[in-house]
Amino acid sequence: MTQNDITTKLISLAAERFQQEASTLSAADDLFDRLGIDSYQALELLSDVENAFNVEVPDYELQGVHTFAALAEVIGRRL
Amino acid sequence: MITPDRYASLGELLRDALIQFKSDVALIELNRKRQSASYTYLEFKRTADRLASALEHAGVNAGSRVAIIMSNQSKWLLSAYSILFRGGVIVPIDYKLSPEEQRALLQHATPNVLITEHASWRGLAGKTAVPTTFVSEVPEGAELAGAHRWEDANGPKPPTFVPRSRSDVATLVYSSGTGGAPKGCMLTHQNYLEQYRMLVELFPLEQGDRYFSILPTNHAIDFMCGFIVPLACGATVVHQRTLRPEFINHTLKNQRITHMAVVPLILEAFERRIQETLQERPELIQAAFGLVGALNAALTLDKPRRALSRRLLKPVHDAFGGHLKLLFCGGAFVDAKRAQYFYDLGLPVVIGYGLTEACTVLTVNDLNPFHGDTVGRPLRGVQIEIRNEDPETRVGEVWAKGPTVMQGYFRDEDQTAEVLVDGWLKTGDLGTIDAAGHLRLVGRRKNMIVTAGGKNIYPEDIESAFEDLPCEELAVFASGYIWPGEALAEEHLVVAVRDATSEFPRILATKNRRLPEHKRVAGYIAYDEAFPRTASMKVKRNELAIRLRSLDRNLVRSVAPVHSSASLPTGTREHPTSVLETGTVFKKRPRWSS
Repeated sequence: MTQNDITTKLISLAAERFQQEASTLSAADDLFDRLGIDSYQALELLSDVENAFNVEVPDYELQGVHTFAALAEVIGRRL
Repeated sequence: MITPDRYASLGELLRDALIQFKSDVALIELNRKRQSASYTYLEFKRTADRLASALEHAGVNAGSRVAIIMSNQSKWLLSAYSILFRGGVIVPIDYKLSPEEQRALLQHATPNVLITEHASWRGLAGKTAVPTTFVSEVPEGAELAGAHRWEDANGPKPPTFVPRSRSDVATLVYSSGTGGAPKGCMLTHQNYLEQYRMLVELFPLEQGDRYFSILPTNHAIDFMCGFIVPLACGATVVHQRTLRPEFINHTLKNQRITHMAVVPLILEAFERRIQETLQERPELIQAAFGLVGALNAALTLDKPRRALSRRLLKPVHDAFGGHLKLLFCGGAFVDAKRAQYFYDLGLPVVIGYGLTEACTVLTVNDLNPFHGDTVGRPLRGVQIEIRNEDPETRVGEVWAKGPTVMQGYFRDEDQTAEVLVDGWLKTGDLGTIDAAGHLRLVGRRKNMIVTAGGKNIYPEDIESAFEDLPCEELAVFASGYIWPGEALAEEHLVVAVRDATSEFPRILATKNRRLPEHKRVAGYIAYDEAFPRTASMKVKRNELAIRLRSLDRNLVRSVAPVHSSASLPTGTREHPTSVLETGTVFKKRPRWSS
């Protein structure tokens, strides 16, 4: 799975959970700003992501992660 | 429950607790749905003794400073007890700070030993000036750079207990970031033993109770409610290594949690969850729930009735595991309506008011009866006075005196003299006291801002990050400081700016984005005149805030989010709009953790 594939999947999961058009989201978007979500909702999204990719991401890996691309990188390291 | 009166130090009290409750479970640690560790009080003692022995071997003695940088986990408490056993001073440092910020605090505290976990150690790249370091959870084969594995820590002989007196310093707790001067509050054994006494008088924990520790343990609230109080009462502290909502819910239920401390942001998320659950039910059920809720509110007007509320509102209580007795909420201002909402559902929220400078809390709402719009009455032994009172509004600065007030700031006599006057702590907060003795806070006098997530922010920190923005002058304020009257729980950060260029909004947005989420500003407002300044050229914040108050707050412009694509996504305007136009400009944007 390439980095782009992971990013695309992440965007589609986010779009589905927060009812947005996936086509309006891009890899470099700040997912908090763009989705207008708080930390609690972000962690909910992360649970979807873990289930979809069948990975576990420790909370400390997420410090400093703000964009879909950065999140894809963290997921990619664990696949 | 162990009464604190005959003890001279925290270490001595906890040492007795470990023996008295030896067969009870002290700690449970979970990683998602798996239990990753569990210690009885006796096992706690045996494990901590090994680390205490290693600390003794490393030279830790009466008054030695030992820093802890760890996320919430069993080893935090085991380490803290070992330090106290050796007569050391605990220096809790926030694991969420950047490595640079952590280094700055380590440099200021100059500890003899650092106790940390691998994720933080990796962030620090193994580079600190601390002579001895213990690191937990180091993966096989990882480079230790001279540090020792926490799990292997031990000394050549059993550790010796080092007695301390009540006036000795027990912790050095930092209450600011790096931009301003670090302020290390020196809190004594007396401060903690008295705070413990005051809290358990009102809210004792019992053997069998389970406290869920989700606020960072370096935070004053969790240090007291998630370390000292439960262990001294023979209760169990539960840690969950991830804060994903589904695992928090799972832990609440499966670990039969009875107590937890939260910040307003988490309370807000809990309320959202209840409402979402309700919205999924048929309208008839929703209406019935409303009626039962009103009935419960009427029946619990004078005091909480846990068993009754649990029967009436079982689905709500089950959503929180079904065993929750109390929620403690502090660290920021709590929305009175939200606190009342939970109280009416039979889930009392104990609202407290405190500062790191005064250990944990000065006042709490004792629930008899509940007043969600105040921060309660002073705890026994605490005196609260309103100084420099406005004769018309009766609002003045809150001053506090009592056995929990700190000794002073570490290595900073000037700042100490500024806040401690004849034993009184000038809190910098503004408030009134009602006829029944409840303290009601209305704003802040000093510069510090507390976010909904319970983080302390100093405007100077943010201003230094914005130093080279294209403008003549700027100053950062909490919106409620400029326009008092808005709910304190809804405050946001605003930059007042003079003579900004057209480039200012774009560069501000970029720089803002690089800040930690809790330090980001939500908007800016242009001000044409030169800022009032002192002789030493410091901005006179209060005077400037008064001048800004006369401006229409619709003039506040939002800080535009930064987008990489050339075309802006639907729904985002190119030019920032006013607060009232969008209604969402001041949306809080916390990140992965509260």
